[in-house]
Amino acid sequence: MMGFVKRLINESTMIPVFSVLVGLLLGAVIMLAGNYNPILAYGFLFSKAFGDMYNIGETIRQITPYIFTGLSVAFAFRTGLFNIGAEGQFIMGAIAAVSVGVLLELPWYLHVPLALVASALAGGFWGAIVGYLKAARGMHEVITTIMLNWIALHVSNYIVRTVLLEKGMARSKYIHESAWMSSPGISQMFDHARIHYGILLALALSALFYFLLWKTRQGFELRSVGLNPDASEYAGINVKNTFVKAMFISGVFAGIGGACEVLGVFHYQTINAAFPGYGLMGIAVALIGRNSPLGVVLGAVLIGVLTYGASGMKFGAGVPEELINVVIALVIFFVAASGIVEILLRRFRKKNRVVH
Amino acid sequence: MPDEFAIEMKGITKRFPGIVANDGINLQVKKGEIHALLGENGAGKTTLMNILFGLYQPDEGEILIRGQKVKITDPKKAIDLGIGMIHQHFMLVEPYTVLQNIILGAEPRNGIMIHYKKALARITELSEKYGLQVDPHRTIREISVGMQQRVEILKTLYRGADILIFDEPTAVLTPQEIQELMAIMRRLADEGKTIILITHKLKEIIAIGDRVTIIRRGKVVDSLPVRDTTTEELASKMVGRKVSFVTEKKEAQPGETILEFDNVTAYDDRGIQVLKGLTFEIRRGEILGIAGVEGNGQRELIEVLTGLRKAASGTIRLRGEQIQNRSPRQIAEMKVGYIPEDRQKRGLVLDFTVGENMVLKNYYTDRFCKNGLLQFDRIFQHASGLIGEYDIRTPSEKTNARALSGGNQQKVIIAREVADDPDLLIATQPTRGLDVGAIEFIHKKLIEQRDKGKAVLLYSLELDEIMNLSDRIAVMYEGRIVGVLDPRKTNEQEIGLLMSGGKTGEREVSA
Repeated sequence: MMGFVKRLINESTMIPVFSVLVGLLLGAVIMLAGNYNPILAYGFLFSKAFGDMYNIGETIRQITPYIFTGLSVAFAFRTGLFNIGAEGQFIMGAIAAVSVGVLLELPWYLHVPLALVASALAGGFWGAIVGYLKAARGMHEVITTIMLNWIALHVSNYIVRTVLLEKGMARSKYIHESAWMSSPGISQMFDHARIHYGILLALALSALFYFLLWKTRQGFELRSVGLNPDASEYAGINVKNTFVKAMFISGVFAGIGGACEVLGVFHYQTINAAFPGYGLMGIAVALIGRNSPLGVVLGAVLIGVLTYGASGMKFGAGVPEELINVVIALVIFFVAASGIVEILLRRFRKKNRVVH
Repeated sequence: MPDEFAIEMKGITKRFPGIVANDGINLQVKKGEIHALLGENGAGKTTLMNILFGLYQPDEGEILIRGQKVKITDPKKAIDLGIGMIHQHFMLVEPYTVLQNIILGAEPRNGIMIHYKKALARITELSEKYGLQVDPHRTIREISVGMQQRVEILKTLYRGADILIFDEPTAVLTPQEIQELMAIMRRLADEGKTIILITHKLKEIIAIGDRVTIIRRGKVVDSLPVRDTTTEELASKMVGRKVSFVTEKKEAQPGETILEFDNVTAYDDRGIQVLKGLTFEIRRGEILGIAGVEGNGQRELIEVLTGLRKAASGTIRLRGEQIQNRSPRQIAEMKVGYIPEDRQKRGLVLDFTVGENMVLKNYYTDRFCKNGLLQFDRIFQHASGLIGEYDIRTPSEKTNARALSGGNQQKVIIAREVADDPDLLIATQPTRGLDVGAIEFIHKKLIEQRDKGKAVLLYSLELDEIMNLSDRIAVMYEGRIVGVLDPRKTNEQEIGLLMSGGKTGEREVSA
């Protein structure tokens, strides 16, 4: 038990916590500079996020996709790959799920799983392309994922426009109700918020993330390649295969996330002019969560609360909603520049020691 | 005379988190002497010299240069004070010429143009004065390692250095080049330059040093004139106990042939042919040493053998079976152990635990893995057994390999590679950067494997190590084996000649 507490307050876990505090604090300074009342603003932010059952449900809905994309980015990171492509994998998962939901008619106990499997494969395939290009052609994954994001966006739009279009609308037809991941039951519990079963799946996948990486032979190889590809090659691990596997699994996480969003929240796919942004925010989530599954869940909660609560800040204290992006950026900055925070923490500890 | 000393360092203390690297060190170097600084790796020699060169600031103590108290805040200040450092790894721009490298950062100008004529005149003058032969118009790429080192020396002289620090200067040289370097150092000293020689090679100190200061664990153990001491005395002062120099071993009992290379060729990453028809064999119960100057294909030989690099032609047979171009795992599974050259880059995943590193090559076998799940109980049990057997100093088997000292990291690798009872053990630079105690241990282990009837392929750049351990020595030059020698019937001169491409002819025995 003591060991657990010690681990909770050691330096590497303190850095994200401290970064969040510094981020919020500097955000407050910026609000003061703009003649806003930061205490009032943060008060409204949190009461918007947690004020009543409806808003709690909606906050959870907001958190859910961030967990999926955060896991996706973190998983690739663990194998030493920087997956900027969770966005595209998310979109491919969503369009696959909507296609299954619209085009097939099945009983719910087949329809939902089939839609999820389709999205997992679509997202995984989209990731595996990146892994393959890196392994076979030596192309850097940052470049290929960014390009594949755009391709995914337009492939999705094309499929909606040509196959799934609802006449006269800029979106697909509704999926059949048998493919819905939302239910009146839990929706009513949260006062008709759009919360859905995706959150349970997200938490289950976080556990799977841990199990896969730290308990299985496959995970041993993935982590080994992530930490030292040269030693892994020497030890007989097929490093190139591992890149493909890691990107496939990474894509699966994001793809299922896309499916949950359309099966659980919207029940259709829109023609998008721009990226929904969940995949890109997944990078922030993984960074804040330091690529650990528990960290990703907590990071997703943070980002979810801040982005959902931001509208409360605007209505209550008149602070522009966009300011929350500044706060998020500051948090990420301090997590990424952990050296600065380490120095601050050490100062802080030294002072403590003097007092004792 | 107050300015009798070129350098005086008084009570220098430097602390790093968790360690006192220099603990009240006093060093006095007379003008015009060659002063050797002797100590094991991690003893604090390099820290002390980095302080002198302005790379670190001491926590306590003071420095006097030519009797003047100074504060050396950065290397630029050190250079202004006439201190020059010749690093172990050369700091040269490869595509530039010798001339351009020497003047880089201190170019004489003619308006906005570089005044090459003036630079050349100055370099010619310096090189004649000190016997530093260089070819100013060749690029660094085209010249030998020995000449590259002379360029480094000229660089410091060009900047007006009269105190020269040499950091392990002989590591990359052939025996002949070492002779030349020593002559140069002597000449520099005779011309009034002061020289500090950082080394752990006792023979060099005896050969060239005027005075030696021995450092152990951050403290000065002794400082004495070289003519009053012996290698044995220096060694015991350096290590703190008596050490045996001769590795004791019985007569080799070579058995059947295990490994045969037949006319193997291979290319390096740039597409240049680096193995040009390599032919040799190793038998059970013998240690075959591969000698050669770095970069003559030794590394590629090992990579081709272990499956990390493709052979372009030729055959490699292990116990009669062709193995060229199989995967590293397939080769490892044929009872081949491999201690890699770079233990931190190749040999270990530093952020894995000691236990995980111990199974890095066989984690997937039934012994440690069931139904795709790793059996961590067994992995850690296996590790704690090896930790005891090999006396690896680690808090536990669950400690990250990064936290271990170099010697203990190497022991983890050796334990892993020997534990699987290989028929062929490949050891590449197995003692590089280790202290004397760890070196003794590793040498013993290699001989133990030989005596158990295993074949050992040893590649090392330390000629002494090759001479001491090998039963046969194969010398590599430009991608070929140019001679196989019996260590009892040869000497450094003969090997050195072969290493630099000369022929001896008479003693060449068939591979």
